[in-house]
Amino acid sequence: MSNENLLLLAIAIPALTPFLLALFGKLPNLRDAVSVVASIATFAAVLHLLLAVIDGARPAISLLEVMPGLVLGFEIEPLGMLFATVASGLWIPTSLYSIGYMRGAHEKKQTRFAICFAIAIAAAVGIAFSGNLFTLFIFYEVLTISTYPLVAHKETPEAKKGARTYLAILMTTSILFLLVALIWTWNITGTTEFRAGGILEGHIDPALVPFLLALFAFGIGKAALMPFHRWLPAAMVAPTPVSALLHAVAVVKAGVFTMLKVGTYIFGVGFLSKTGAADWLMWLAAASILIASIVAITKDDLKARLAYSTVSQLSYITLGVALATQMGVVGGAMHIVTHAFGKIALFMCAGAIYVAAHKTKISQLDGLGRKMPITFFCFTIAALSIIGLPPFAGAWSKWYLMIAAAETSHLIIIGVLMVSSLLNVAYLLPIPARAFFLKSKDDDANGKIEEAPLFCLLPICFAALGCVVIFFTIGGLYEYLLNIPILPESLP
Amino acid sequence: MSELAIDLEFILGRYNYWLFSILMMTGLYITVSRGNLIKKIVGLNIFQTSVFMLYISLGKVTGGTAPILTGDPDTVYSNPLPHVLILTAIVVGIATTAVGLALVVRIKETYGTIEEDEILELEHDMDFGNGAPQGGSRA
Amino acid sequence: MMALIEPHLPALQVVIPLVAAPFCMMLGRGGLAWIFASVVSLATFVISIALFAQTYDGTIISYHMGGWAPPIGIEYRVDILNAFVLLIVSGSAALVLPYARSSVAAEIPAERQALFYTAFLLCVAGLLGVTITGDAFNVFVFLEISSLATYALVASGAWANKRALTAAYNYLIMGTIGATFFVIGIGMLYSVTGTLNMADLAVRIADHGDSSTLRMGFVLILLGIGLKLAMFPLHLWLPNAYAYAPSAVTAFLAATATKVAVYVMLRFMFTVLGFDYEFQADTLRMVVLPLAIIAMFAASLVAIFQDDLKRMLAYSSVAQIGYILLGLSLLNETGITASIVHLFNHAVTKAALFMVAGCFIFSAGTSSISKLAGVGRDMPWTTAAFVAGGLSLIGLPLTVGFISKWYLVLATLELGWWPVALMIMASSLLAIIYVWRVVEVAYLQPAPAGVTRKEAPLSMLIPTWIFVGLSVWFGVNAMLTATAAGRAASALIGSSHILWKD
Repeated sequence: MSNENLLLLAIAIPALTPFLLALFGKLPNLRDAVSVVASIATFAAVLHLLLAVIDGARPAISLLEVMPGLVLGFEIEPLGMLFATVASGLWIPTSLYSIGYMRGAHEKKQTRFAICFAIAIAAAVGIAFSGNLFTLFIFYEVLTISTYPLVAHKETPEAKKGARTYLAILMTTSILFLLVALIWTWNITGTTEFRAGGILEGHIDPALVPFLLALFAFGIGKAALMPFHRWLPAAMVAPTPVSALLHAVAVVKAGVFTMLKVGTYIFGVGFLSKTGAADWLMWLAAASILIASIVAITKDDLKARLAYSTVSQLSYITLGVALATQMGVVGGAMHIVTHAFGKIALFMCAGAIYVAAHKTKISQLDGLGRKMPITFFCFTIAALSIIGLPPFAGAWSKWYLMIAAAETSHLIIIGVLMVSSLLNVAYLLPIPARAFFLKSKDDDANGKIEEAPLFCLLPICFAALGCVVIFFTIGGLYEYLLNIPILPESLP
Repeated sequence: MSELAIDLEFILGRYNYWLFSILMMTGLYITVSRGNLIKKIVGLNIFQTSVFMLYISLGKVTGGTAPILTGDPDTVYSNPLPHVLILTAIVVGIATTAVGLALVVRIKETYGTIEEDEILELEHDMDFGNGAPQGGSRA
Repeated sequence: MMALIEPHLPALQVVIPLVAAPFCMMLGRGGLAWIFASVVSLATFVISIALFAQTYDGTIISYHMGGWAPPIGIEYRVDILNAFVLLIVSGSAALVLPYARSSVAAEIPAERQALFYTAFLLCVAGLLGVTITGDAFNVFVFLEISSLATYALVASGAWANKRALTAAYNYLIMGTIGATFFVIGIGMLYSVTGTLNMADLAVRIADHGDSSTLRMGFVLILLGIGLKLAMFPLHLWLPNAYAYAPSAVTAFLAATATKVAVYVMLRFMFTVLGFDYEFQADTLRMVVLPLAIIAMFAASLVAIFQDDLKRMLAYSSVAQIGYILLGLSLLNETGITASIVHLFNHAVTKAALFMVAGCFIFSAGTSSISKLAGVGRDMPWTTAAFVAGGLSLIGLPLTVGFISKWYLVLATLELGWWPVALMIMASSLLAIIYVWRVVEVAYLQPAPAGVTRKEAPLSMLIPTWIFVGLSVWFGVNAMLTATAAGRAASALIGSSHILWKD
């Protein structure tokens, strides 16, 4: 099968799965099997493509012309390939996990849940493979709409309120800023294609570049850059698998991925550093990192704390773009991977704790470590990875970001990254510490608690293992990320 | 004095426009200000009639006769086109009046009144009062 | 046979429904009249497709009524712009009629149904006539034919809710005032040029140059058409008329009546009156444009607070007309393209949404939003159609609404009018609120106990979904509509004498 067909297949499988899911809605076992099989098939297709891309292939396909000059088309480049691999790869453990979680927590309307989940994955892969900004925007909005029912899933007043905030912020930013930025780009350059070295240079008054960048940076609300981060904590009313895959990986990473894409292929790293347009973004990202970390410390709700941690970690990637060097892009892209594994593990642990012990507050976790040792062991590993300690994956991405900061001689940014790591320690490590070392006040009530079902546990172990494995195989990833074209291709 | 004379000519020479304007404003005022649905339609008719006057006076050529072929090449005819147009417009006007009056009859039958303020009161009751609203009304 | 008919297609386009109407009345009770009206509207639809195909490449068809050559005789003149509008009108009629069968049967007594279909055909004939004719006075006549039929159609909602009567009465008063202003305006043009043929008017007005009479004519025509197309703040008749008319009528009117009025406005502003850059451009940019922006916000805000679905959609229509007026008052080619493409896009979207409202009234007996709790479970297809139409109203990608927004924002950015671009987007955020209010109620609230609602019948669902399908299809592949609108816009600008470069 040609790479182009594989590309379409990788989007079509999750996009068409919902029909099967709807068909088997009344047969839960078959329906969940379909989910798992679809996730494996999608990943297989993506993996095939990954191998081809490593070999230097750049499959591209144009589907149709929507408006004169505006094409719905796909093209794979290393950055998108990476994001697609992460999103589709982590779909497999998550679909297993959600079987355990949804049944364990007796959630209703599981078919609707599975359908929206599959569409969201299709949208994420679509974003990853988009050949131009126009296509990317379309899938970006599909992702917003398809995740709304997931956030509102519980249908309680809090869920509705959270979902409303979620939709309001993501829609407002994307329509008010991102779409205007997109049309502006189209108006001045006559194209929305992603091109190495960017398309804007020479078409725009340098004084306007910071404004256009602002429209993009705030328009990509999924990157949760402050002050448009409120939707992410609000989305935590969703069932945990949603928080795990979508709000730690697919949705938020779609946001920062778009930032990376726009930075490298629309503006061009060279153009950004030449005009200094991204300076303000760098400071905003740095502020976002610190403020969100401090807010995280104050949260007692486990998922809320993790959500603010995500807000902070996402800004690392925005920071990588704003530094406007190759190392910055590499570090940012790497952080997509390392943070994905770490955060999905943390969320899955939070879900496992909810399923097994029905606890959501950190202050209730005392002593639980002895009842659920595997869960909390994995939690510790993932937390250390997020903090950035070797030998866990998170260490590397912070390392490269620091190199980028050093290259551009922004010593304060290095300081920010250091302080942030300390803050990470302050809000993440107390959680397993309480669980392992403090004694529970009501041991009787906790007596019956045991580990979450196997379906929940295995994916957690897998993700935690990933944090370790990536640390030792980082060389390959680094080599791969150097393939992201930074400079404009010299015209033949 | 001569300036005044010119002004007078300006005013008197366009008397058809003045009459048209006065009639038009009268009609429009009645339509907007009256609460009685029949009177509104009367106003509408006056309003439309003013337009008929405008058109017909436009077609008048000084010294012209009715546009019927006389065989004499020197005869000056009035322009017949506006007259024909207004014939159509009169038909339209009558049709509008007929539909309007028919609606008023139905309104009288269902609401029991043709005074606008009373109807508004009834409708307000339908919206917020105890009377059960049907169909698409706000409840 | 074809060769015999083909040269007369422009005349047949209007004559067929016009002549068919009285026959329809003779067919007595409902069923037959409905079949007859459906066949007739299908025939007009086929004719308009043929006309559109002939004019798509820019050809202009000039048809001389009764063989009298213009400017003395009445000319029917079809170019890509009015072929496009003809397509919208006849297509909507052809799709609404199948839907009307069940809906009308539920809302209008059987012995009156033939009359209803007669009025419907007259309305179609009037709207098609307005669109196709090349004679200014003829526009007025057809406008009144369609309007009179519309008053009757709106009033026929009285069997379901007596407020339809007062709604129709108010519509009649406002509509007649509008038409009369319009006809005075035409009188002004006539008094200056001595002709009523639009193409001839354009030439003579250009020769004549500026004068206060022409300006007066321009203002009166703007005012008259503004009343007919519900330009803010002349829209007061619209919400009640749309809310209380029978569902099928509302769907048809929302898709066509205001659209045809916008067409008349485009035709008079650009083809006929393109004479005086300063005055006309200033009026459009200083008066119409701000009003359009106010409409976008004010009407959307009012829509948010409506409890009745049809009323909410009616206010949304006023806001959407704001977008259309905004596009044309930008006075650049992209802006006019946006207006024309939005004529089509809004027609299919709003028709679909009003049909959904009709389905709710048919099956759930109400269009009050608060009473539709949990309806997503009982009427999944209808509610899904609402979501799809709602997304288009917001202007999300893969729907037609997105295409319109794209062109509209592009047009403002081409002029460098930043704030306007942001305002367009901000007002579409208001659409999110009023659409999502319904979505939340329909899906996330439990259905009240003891309420049974069945899915709407297929005869209503299929036309609804055809409109939804169109709004998605032309959102994904907008080449046909965007190209047609682009050509129409450049033809309008090409034919007008406005100095385009400041």
